[in-house]
Amino acid sequence: MVAVKETIADVKRLESDKYKYGFTTEVEQERAPKGLSEETVRYISAKKDEPQWMLDWRLEAYKRWLEMREPDWAKVNYPKIDYQDIYYYAEPSSGAKYESIDDVPPEILADFEKLGIPLREQEVLLGVAGAAETAAEAREKPRVAVDAVFDSVSVATTFKAELARAGVIFMSISEAIREHPELVKKYLASVVPKSDNYFATLNCAVFSDGTFVYVPKGVRCPMELSTYFRMNAEGTGQFERTLIIAEEGSYVSYLEGCTAPMRDENQLHAAVVELVAMDDAEIKYSTVQNWWPGDENGKGGVYNFVTKRADCRGKNSKVSWTQVETGSAITWKYPSCILRGDNSVGEFYSVAVTNGAQQADTGTKMIHLGKNTRSRIISKGISAGRSDNTYRGLVSIHAKAEGARNFTQCDSLLIGDQCGAHTVPYIECKTPKAQLEHEATTTKLAEDQLFYARQRGLDEETATALLVNGFVRDVLQELPMEFAVEAQQLLKVSLEGSVG
Amino acid sequence: MLEIKNLHASVGGDKPILKGLDLSVPKGEAHAIMGPNGSGKSTLSYVLTGRDGYEATDGSILYDGENIADLAPEERAAKGLFLSFQYPVEIPGVPTLTFMKEALNAQRRARGEDEMSAPDFMKHVREKAKLLNISGDMLKRPVNVGFSGGEKKRLEILQAAVLEPRFLILDETDSGLDIDALKVVSDGVNALRSPERGMLVITHYQRLLDHISPDVVHVMSDGKIVASGGPELAKELEAEGYDKYVRAA
Repeated sequence: MVAVKETIADVKRLESDKYKYGFTTEVEQERAPKGLSEETVRYISAKKDEPQWMLDWRLEAYKRWLEMREPDWAKVNYPKIDYQDIYYYAEPSSGAKYESIDDVPPEILADFEKLGIPLREQEVLLGVAGAAETAAEAREKPRVAVDAVFDSVSVATTFKAELARAGVIFMSISEAIREHPELVKKYLASVVPKSDNYFATLNCAVFSDGTFVYVPKGVRCPMELSTYFRMNAEGTGQFERTLIIAEEGSYVSYLEGCTAPMRDENQLHAAVVELVAMDDAEIKYSTVQNWWPGDENGKGGVYNFVTKRADCRGKNSKVSWTQVETGSAITWKYPSCILRGDNSVGEFYSVAVTNGAQQADTGTKMIHLGKNTRSRIISKGISAGRSDNTYRGLVSIHAKAEGARNFTQCDSLLIGDQCGAHTVPYIECKTPKAQLEHEATTTKLAEDQLFYARQRGLDEETATALLVNGFVRDVLQELPMEFAVEAQQLLKVSLEGSVG
Repeated sequence: MLEIKNLHASVGGDKPILKGLDLSVPKGEAHAIMGPNGSGKSTLSYVLTGRDGYEATDGSILYDGENIADLAPEERAAKGLFLSFQYPVEIPGVPTLTFMKEALNAQRRARGEDEMSAPDFMKHVREKAKLLNISGDMLKRPVNVGFSGGEKKRLEILQAAVLEPRFLILDETDSGLDIDALKVVSDGVNALRSPERGMLVITHYQRLLDHISPDVVHVMSDGKIVASGGPELAKELEAEGYDKYVRAA
C-alpha cells in the first residue's frame, strides 16, 4: 500500500459564530466592587443575608487564600490572572431572591429559554398538574427539576413542592444556609477541605450561589435534578458551590449544564462540588460543560478551574461522574472519588473535546481506602485544531484496601496534525491484594475510515461527527437520555471546521 | 454509462500507476477487470471513487456524460457510484444500521429527495438482509467490528443493496471467502444486476466470474487495459496465467 497523503492537514479554526450560546442578556446588574478584599467577602455575605458563622467561615478561607500560591503543575498555559480585576458578585438588580417564578425578570426567563430551559413552561405544564401526583407516579415520567443560576444568583428552582413531598431538599445553597444551617454546617467542606487547593479556597471565600441537594434515607429521588449555570455579566467570575448528600439507601441523579456569552476578556469560573454518599446510597452526577471557549486565536473564553470530589462514606455506596467537556478556554478539573466505605464503587466517564486554541487538563482521582472498593475510569479525549488535551489521573490504593480493583481506559483521538494528546496516569498501590488494569490508546482520525464513510455518501463533517460519536459511545451511553442527544449535537458543533 | 478515457493517475502525488487507461462500461453490463498484483486495479477503484491521494493527472472519467474526476467522494456516491471495498473498514461504536441509515439519507438529501423514515428504512433493510443471510443482531453491531472476512463482504453487498447505487465497483470481493460465502455473495451481486445498472468487477481469480458471468473481460497490466474479450478470456487467463500480458506490456 502506497502512503496516502494526509487529508486533514490544514485545520480550519473554530469560528466564533459557531457558539450559539454567545449572546448577552440585557438586564441591569448590581455588582460587588471590583477586586478581592475582606470588603468583597463581607459584601457577598451581606447580600446573601448570611448568618455570622458563614461570614466567619468565608473570612477564614480568604485569609488562608492570601497565603496560598496558584498551582502550576497542569499542562496549561495562560497569562497571569489579575484577581483584583474581577467582579466577584453580580446579580440582576431587581433583587436577588425571587419568591416565585413570576418575579423573575422576563429577560432572564427568555435567556434560559434560548438555552432550551423554559422554566415557566415546565412549572406550568408539569409542576402544577403534578401537584396531585404522588412521588411514585412521578417516577414513571422522565422529568427534570431545574435550578437555574444566573451569574451569582439562583433565579428559579422548579418542582420544589413536589420534591418536598418526597422529602428531597433541592434549593440554592444560599437558601440552604438560611433554612438548613445544621445540614450545611455538617457537610460543607467535609469532602473538599477549605484549604484543599488555591481555587477551592478562593471559592470558599467568595462563592455566590449553587445548588444544595439532600436526599433522605431510603428515598429514590422522583426525578432528575438539574442546574443550569449561566455567566452573563461582563468581567464577572462565577463561583458556584454545590453540595449533594445522599443518605442511607437513597438515590439521586443530578445534571449540570453551563454556558456563557462570548467576551473578549477571560472569565474565571472556580467552582467546588461536594458529594456525600452514605451506606448503600448512589449518586449519579452528569455534566455537559459548554462555557465559551474563546475565539480561534485564543482570545477570551472561560478559565474553568473546578474542584469536584465525592466521598463514598458509607459501605456499598456508589458515585458516578459523567462529563462531556467541550467548552472553556482552559479546563482544569478532576472529579474524584474517595472510596472510604467497604465495597464502595467510584466511576468516571469523560469525554473532553478541545478545538481551536483550547487547553484541557482533566481526569480523576480514585482513592481506595475501604476493602473491596472498585473504580472504573473511561476517558476519551478528542483534540483538534491547535489544542492540547491531557488526561491526568490518580489511582491510589491504600494499605487497608484489600481486594480493591481498578480498571482504567484512556483513549485519545487526534484530528489534524497541530494538536496534542497527553496521558499522565499516576498509580499508587500499597497492598499486594489489589488488582489494577490500565489501557491507553492514541489514534489519529483514520483516513481510511473517513474515506469509507464518504464513499457511502456522508460529507466530511458528518463523517467526522459520526466517527467521533462512535469513539465516545461508551461514555455517552452513561448520560441520561435527553442529555446524550444534546451532547451528540454539541460534539458535532464543537468540531465544526476541524477538518477541511 | 461509465466512459474512461486516457486516464493517468498517480498515488501520493508522484508515483504514476495508471498510464492511459481506456474503458467503457455501458448501462446494464457487467465488466470484469483481471490482472496481476500491482497492475493498478485497486488504484483504479480509488481514482474512480475519489479517494484523497489518488489524483487523476490526465484524461477523464465520464459518468453519464459528466466528468466526475474533480468531485468529492460523497458527491460521486450521491450520483450512484458504489465501491465494495477489498478490505472493509472497521468503525468502532457506530452500529451498522445507523451507518447505513445516515448514508442513505445523506445521499437522498444530496439528490434533493426526501429522507426515508425509520420504519420504511427498517423494512427496506430487512428485505435485503434476508437475501444475504444477515441477522438483525449483526446489524446492531458496529460497522465491520469483529466480523469475519466473509461477513464483512456480505455486509458490503448489503450496503449496495440498501443504497441501490447505479454503478457498482466490486474490488476483490471474492478474496477471503470460502465456497459457501462466495455463493451467498455472488447471489447477492447477481440480484443487483439490472438493465439500469453498470458493474465493474475487479478480481485476481476466475472463480468469482464462474458465479457472476461478465459480459466483457478486460486484462489490466501496468496501468493499462491490454486485452479485452468475452468470458472465455477469463478461462484462458486461469489456465495460462498473466505472463503473456505482463511481457506484452
